[in-house]
Amino acid sequence: MYFFKRALYLIPLLLVISFLAFVLVRVAPGGPFDKERKPASPEIERNLKAKYHLDEPLWKQYARYLAGLARGDFGPSLKYRNHTVNDILLQGLPVSLSLGFIAFGFAQAIGIPLGFYTAVRRGQWADYGGSFLALLAVCVPGFVVGPLLIMWLAVKFHWFPVGLWETPWHAVLPMVALGLYFGGKIARLMREGMLNTLSAEYITTARAKGLRESVILWKHAFRLAVLPVLSYSGPLLADLLTGSFVVENIFQIPGVGVFLVNSSLNRDYTMVVGLVLLYAALLVVLNLLVDLSYSLLDPRVKHE
Amino acid sequence: MIPARDDHDVPAGMNYFRRTRDSLAACFSFLTVLLAVLSLVGCGKNEPRADITIINGAEPESLDPAIITGQPDGRVVGALFEGLTRLNAKTATPEPALAERWEISPDGKMYTFHLRTNAVWSTGGSITAEDVVYSWRRVVDPLTASDYAGQLFLVKNAEEINAGKIKDLAALGAQVLDPYTLRVELVAPASFFLDLCAFRTLAVVPRATIEKYGDQWIMARPLPTSGPYTLDAWRIRDKIRVRKNPRHWDAANVQNEVVDFLPVESPNTALNLYESGAADIIWDKGLVPTELLDILRKRTDCHNFDYLGTYFYRYNTTHKPFDDPRVRKALLLAVDKRRLVERITRAGEKTASHLTPPGMANYTAPEGLGYDPALAKKLLSEAGFPGGKGFPPFQYLYNSSKVHEQIAVELQQMWKETLGLKMELRQTEWKVYLAEQSKTNYHLCRSSWIGDYNDPNTFLDMFMSNNGNNRTGWVNARYDQLMRDANQQTDVKRRAALLREAETLLIRDELPIAPLYFYVGVTFYDPKKIEGIYSNVLDEHPIYTIRKKR
Amino acid sequence: MSDRTLNGRERLTPSQRARRRFMSHRVAMASGAFVVALILLVLAWPIFSHPTFAPHLPQALTWAPDKLNDAQFHPPSAAHWFGTDALGRDQLARVAVGARVSLLVGAVGAGVSLIIGVLWGAISGYVGGRTDSMMMRFVDILYSLPSIIFVIVLITTLEVLVKQWMAKIFVGGAPEAVRLLFLFFGIGAVSWLTMARIVRGEVLSLRTRQFVDASRALGAGHAQLLFRHILPNISGVIIVYLALTVPSVILYESFLSYLGLGIQPPMASWGSLIADGAQQINPIRIYWWLLVFPAGVLTATLLALSFLGDGLRDALDPRANR
Repeated sequence: MYFFKRALYLIPLLLVISFLAFVLVRVAPGGPFDKERKPASPEIERNLKAKYHLDEPLWKQYARYLAGLARGDFGPSLKYRNHTVNDILLQGLPVSLSLGFIAFGFAQAIGIPLGFYTAVRRGQWADYGGSFLALLAVCVPGFVVGPLLIMWLAVKFHWFPVGLWETPWHAVLPMVALGLYFGGKIARLMREGMLNTLSAEYITTARAKGLRESVILWKHAFRLAVLPVLSYSGPLLADLLTGSFVVENIFQIPGVGVFLVNSSLNRDYTMVVGLVLLYAALLVVLNLLVDLSYSLLDPRVKHE
Repeated sequence: MIPARDDHDVPAGMNYFRRTRDSLAACFSFLTVLLAVLSLVGCGKNEPRADITIINGAEPESLDPAIITGQPDGRVVGALFEGLTRLNAKTATPEPALAERWEISPDGKMYTFHLRTNAVWSTGGSITAEDVVYSWRRVVDPLTASDYAGQLFLVKNAEEINAGKIKDLAALGAQVLDPYTLRVELVAPASFFLDLCAFRTLAVVPRATIEKYGDQWIMARPLPTSGPYTLDAWRIRDKIRVRKNPRHWDAANVQNEVVDFLPVESPNTALNLYESGAADIIWDKGLVPTELLDILRKRTDCHNFDYLGTYFYRYNTTHKPFDDPRVRKALLLAVDKRRLVERITRAGEKTASHLTPPGMANYTAPEGLGYDPALAKKLLSEAGFPGGKGFPPFQYLYNSSKVHEQIAVELQQMWKETLGLKMELRQTEWKVYLAEQSKTNYHLCRSSWIGDYNDPNTFLDMFMSNNGNNRTGWVNARYDQLMRDANQQTDVKRRAALLREAETLLIRDELPIAPLYFYVGVTFYDPKKIEGIYSNVLDEHPIYTIRKKR
Repeated sequence: MSDRTLNGRERLTPSQRARRRFMSHRVAMASGAFVVALILLVLAWPIFSHPTFAPHLPQALTWAPDKLNDAQFHPPSAAHWFGTDALGRDQLARVAVGARVSLLVGAVGAGVSLIIGVLWGAISGYVGGRTDSMMMRFVDILYSLPSIIFVIVLITTLEVLVKQWMAKIFVGGAPEAVRLLFLFFGIGAVSWLTMARIVRGEVLSLRTRQFVDASRALGAGHAQLLFRHILPNISGVIIVYLALTVPSVILYESFLSYLGLGIQPPMASWGSLIADGAQQINPIRIYWWLLVFPAGVLTATLLALSFLGDGLRDALDPRANR
């Protein structure tokens, strides 16, 4: 029931978002067809605009866009004029999705254990060391990690390819470059969640009852401790899934993340709105899943 | 002592833990499986490697010859679609392509082209004069909205049709005399018309496909092409793959089978791909990290060549005090251009005192202003700002890029130290930069220009008062007159003299723009492995001559 | 018997107890000292190049950050402790000047995140029901709009107008500051969103606990419940995430600089220095000092902030009974 009510919110939400993006991108100065060389006559510019209906009033353009959307057509790309937005998204999305998922898995795989470990060894050198590593990961951005990894592991030692996206081997370095930063964040959040939970009353009760420490840690503390990580995972996954601009640029991966930035810079109106819609839909669905899992993990949480 | 026990001792209310543990375990295992599957599925197809892999610069916006404007686009289009002439790989001079031979009338205004009878589309069917005329009409058709329609304005009525003054496309001065003969009428004689015929915009496109598919005609498969290659695949941000067209009239001379173009925009990524062997060639002037040029230039696989491009900055001549030519001259005289090319761009560029680059056919450019700080100070005082006193602070507009920023900072320093002027940097992103430039909403603005063909006209005509690329607010009747006269002139020497006079006016007397240096092109390939790339001033490298050495 | 002793032990107020706990946390104290020293150094930096002090200090401390030099790409040396860049500018000076911008950016991001994010998430999680839905949908909407467009639009449309307006008010006044202002606004607008989500999650889970019912039974009002009972219990998560927000916004600013939208030259920030330094990584020759020093200083500062946060968190933890 809850799920359906939330899912129903998706439609008006997407409408609002599409309208905001539609307007926002047209407000920015400069148009999609501005080039270094001016065309030979103003007639050409006029025709170009007319061809893509950019000379119509805003509400009309929006109505036209919605009509296309109802057919599942995101419109032609204004920058890559031989392609439609659907084309480009269909090509790039599977790539970004796989990269995002893999990086997500990597981030969780290093973050959760590291956070867990540093919490359990709180105050000792292991804690400081582990926290240092986690914070280091958070401080070094993707556009530094990526080139460093390429330089050492790909060019110097030839263990991995330098870029492109052809075999699973090509996915390793981008996965690390993308996931390291988020792994560090997750480690810190996990540690915090564990510390919080470990001092809770029911844990003290369990200890008093003589349960083994490992049972306490794993069966009882963990599932509540992971809540802040979970809250963070929704937006995190959406971010990763629509691809990372930086990683895709550096490793020359044909995903969709590059377009998220470039289409804004190019004023490719249709592309921007299409991407925003995609991103918003993903985000909402993921947040919904996260909210549902709250009640799974913490039975005290009830959703009306 | 209570022995450590399992869940059983835990009160019943805590049984949900077991359920949730199971569901969590299920979740995690599902995720792992998903990940494993995805990592196999997601990663691309396993295609055999192309014969030649080229890093081509930015992703082409389109492959439709009528609407492309960028150089990377042009290189791929040049492989797919051909025109009446093409540029020779070594000399960059026009040679017969679809047209076998031609006659030019004595007044230079009438061209008669005789097409090859063995020129066919890659999918079959002859390429006829009808196709040529259709393609050209399509370019000037205002509905096609072709940015480069201006290239055809030499042809009679082209400008009027494009401006909407003549509605009938058939009025274009290109007529079909018979299936293999074409007559073209020009508005004025032009020695470079044959060069223009090799230009991408004038290439021949397949009518039937365009009429059937409209805008998305490039995505039609099979795509009929008129050039030495066919389009195998075009995956955005991934690669463009072209394959030798066996039906092409010159197929015997095409030196490779499959060529890949990679759209890379970051210089470091390009270098990495090249160094690791994933790419054979890098060609695009922006794709070399300038800090490394001093090392890279010494390598045998780094090939420098001069080409027709100039880096300059514009003055907004409508904004005080830049309406005074003395001020404009003073600023330029205070710039040490040598410092810029030695410290920042480092590719061995030549400093520029004039706009048209050296190496232009049949033309010697006049000398402009050099580096003379004493004269600069004197001129500034004469203009009413001794020692820079009273000079309003001004802004230098440029688009975001390291090189432009570094040059801007150097200029700022030079003007501060030599003339005592306060300049502010104004960095904007590309579209905003273009918008501000076209509205002449700037004080000083960084610029560059690449020549479309090997003639000074391509650099000089943009400063005529009615040209949309002027963007400086500079209007000079004498300059306009000189340019018009030059382009009516058939005698090569007299024409060159007229152009020279115009350019002198531009870069020595009036100075609405300040030339800084001439571009140097850099191409990377290992000469022991690759041959067939020849340097020329137009940076024209047809693909079909490139070959891997055995 | 004095009021202050009970069973021979001192009886302290909660805040005194917190302070004592904090001061016993050695790493946190050291980190705190580091941050204070950094801020003082950054504030004092312009004085170093002042003619009255300059002759008495080593030359390396007296360079102006935007003075161009012939010494291009010099590695760290006695004259330039952090080396020089492509235009010969001293990197130590640039890092010191960049600190100002980055710390400000971090502070703004953290401040906005703390105030708006925590409040929004807390209220949303506490009230629940439809209000919660709507508040979170609003967060979702803001989150899905790519911040890049937002930043571009802000910077390009409004900047020109505001600059003109400011030029009238502060004659000849800092146009660079305007870009900085817009950056703050843009960064602040996105930095509170995830904090709101996290806080909401925590509050959702906490509000069904027994101590909440107990407090309510004792007559506590909603505000009191929220601020004096629930929030202190999640102060740990807030502090940790806040300590993560600071690097996040500094790196976001770095990303903007990478795209050319960030801080305007000749101003510099750690973010823009790191973005520039990252371009230097290649297999042929690396000018390592252009990356290592700004990144190192950033890392050190963020480590200090995090450990400081840990100390604060331990000190404020209501369940510690030392």
